[in-house]
Amino acid sequence: MNSTFFRFSSITKKIWMAFLGLFLMIFLVVHLGINLCLLRNDGGAWFSAAAHFMGTNYIVKVFEIGLFAGFIFHVFLGIILQVQNWMARPVRYMVSNKTDTPFLSKYMIYTGGIVLIFLILHFINFYFIKLGWVFNPNMTPDGEPDFYHIAKQLFVIPAYSIIYILLFIVLGFHLNQAFQAAWQTLGINHPQYTTCIRRFGTFYAIVVPLGFIIIPFYFLLIR
Amino acid sequence: MDLTLKIWRQKDAKSAGKFVTYPLKNISPNCSFLEMLDILNEQLIQKTEEPVVFDHDCREGICGMCSLYINGRPHGPDDAVTACQLHMRKFSNGDTIVIEPWRARPFPVIKDLMVDRSAFDKIIQEGGYISVNTGGAAEANNILVGRENSELAMDAAACIGCGACVAACKNASAMLFVSAKVSQFALLPQGQVEAKQRVKKMVRMMDELGFGNCTNTYACEAECPKLISRSNIARMNREFMCAKVI
Ligand code: HEM
Ligand code: SF4
Ligand code: FES
Repeated sequence: MNSTFFRFSSITKKIWMAFLGLFLMIFLVVHLGINLCLLRNDGGAWFSAAAHFMGTNYIVKVFEIGLFAGFIFHVFLGIILQVQNWMARPVRYMVSNKTDTPFLSKYMIYTGGIVLIFLILHFINFYFIKLGWVFNPNMTPDGEPDFYHIAKQLFVIPAYSIIYILLFIVLGFHLNQAFQAAWQTLGINHPQYTTCIRRFGTFYAIVVPLGFIIIPFYFLLIR
Repeated sequence: MDLTLKIWRQKDAKSAGKFVTYPLKNISPNCSFLEMLDILNEQLIQKTEEPVVFDHDCREGICGMCSLYINGRPHGPDDAVTACQLHMRKFSNGDTIVIEPWRARPFPVIKDLMVDRSAFDKIIQEGGYISVNTGGAAEANNILVGRENSELAMDAAACIGCGACVAACKNASAMLFVSAKVSQFALLPQGQVEAKQRVKKMVRMMDELGFGNCTNTYACEAECPKLISRSNIARMNREFMCAKVI
């Protein structure tokens, strides 16, 4: 209980978690924009150009460090908070709780955990290749990793595509709860805005995962 | 009504407890939940058995002593009432009713259904008050309070400290209680003087006592007999952030 992270107050940890989560949500839109380039029938020209920009631009690189740290801290804080929460009730109830709470709000650690498994898979397939940590036979003539072909090769494997689709559905559930929760945590709760925030969160949680899901569908069924 | 009760029995804080089943016959639907337990206890006493210990005092929903986790819900199946305001007409003939004490590490069981909620007192002692020097009472209208804030402060002050929010929360978090106590002062000019210290110290004590962290499931708000709003939690987070940063 005496490690530094345990000593940060519960609210401090929550506020960081919320900031980082919202930051990740902004990043996800950027990522979606790049991925949607895969849908262009241009042999990957747009997608590769975007990947090249993201791989070489210095401002992007600074953000990338922040993003990677953000992911790690979000997950790390989520796990610490959850462990403390389990410890706060050593004797459980016999009758499980019947209180009416928002859908899946009690299962954030599980939806988050599933997203984490996906992220690790994703890092092995793409990000670590970029960093040169994982061997990759697909190279462009300029000696950069050819992410267009890597992506294409993965998406035509039905099992990969199905897992990809399911995981984005789970991420949608995580984010539907998370978006409004983050504003509540950051102290923004007002009758005038709360409904709007909730609706936007649900909109985001449907539209952004759906955008990602279209891509494997396209490669599996149309191409 | 004929009922089957499954009640948590525990001799004292150190002993292991267990559920004991008691059949109970001929209960009027107009009986209150605690009266129903009184009837059970009279029958137990007549059989020279130990009566079931449970907390209660005012029996009209204002003191916050009653604390029963009934069929998976703090204060039972009715909304916005305490266990003492719950009536047996909310149940049906032949029902099995499981009664458990509040479960949270900072609320240890003292005996049967009675838990020690002095953790809440410790949080209050950290700043859930305003310091006023004694002497002649000042003219109340010297400090003007806006209508909206006075209403919000009054709503927050409605918290009776029962602990149902902790009992309902999957994380045994006390955020709703602490935020109600922080808000009732933060909203009023008289509370400003000690505002920063108050929120920091009360949150620190809440964490030290081992209450869980909020994960925004809002079970607290759903079970609070006094309908304390989760907007108080947002207010406390704001207060806390400002107190730390500014
Ligand atoms: C793209 C990935 C992710 C995004 C965009 C994201 C976003 C968010 C946001 C905005 C919150 C709300 C914070 C709050 O309630 O104050 C949140 C909560 C949470 N996240 Fe994530 N998250 C992601 C991945 C993960 C992962 C991989 C985990 C792994 C354990 C995780 C675990 C949690 C948990 C446990 C909560 C609940 C904490 C709480 O409500 O206080 N998340 N997430
Ligand atoms: S906030 Fe509501 S549930 Fe929690 S202690 Fe106060 S009155 Fe009871
Ligand atoms: S006994 Fe006082 S609130 Fe129930």
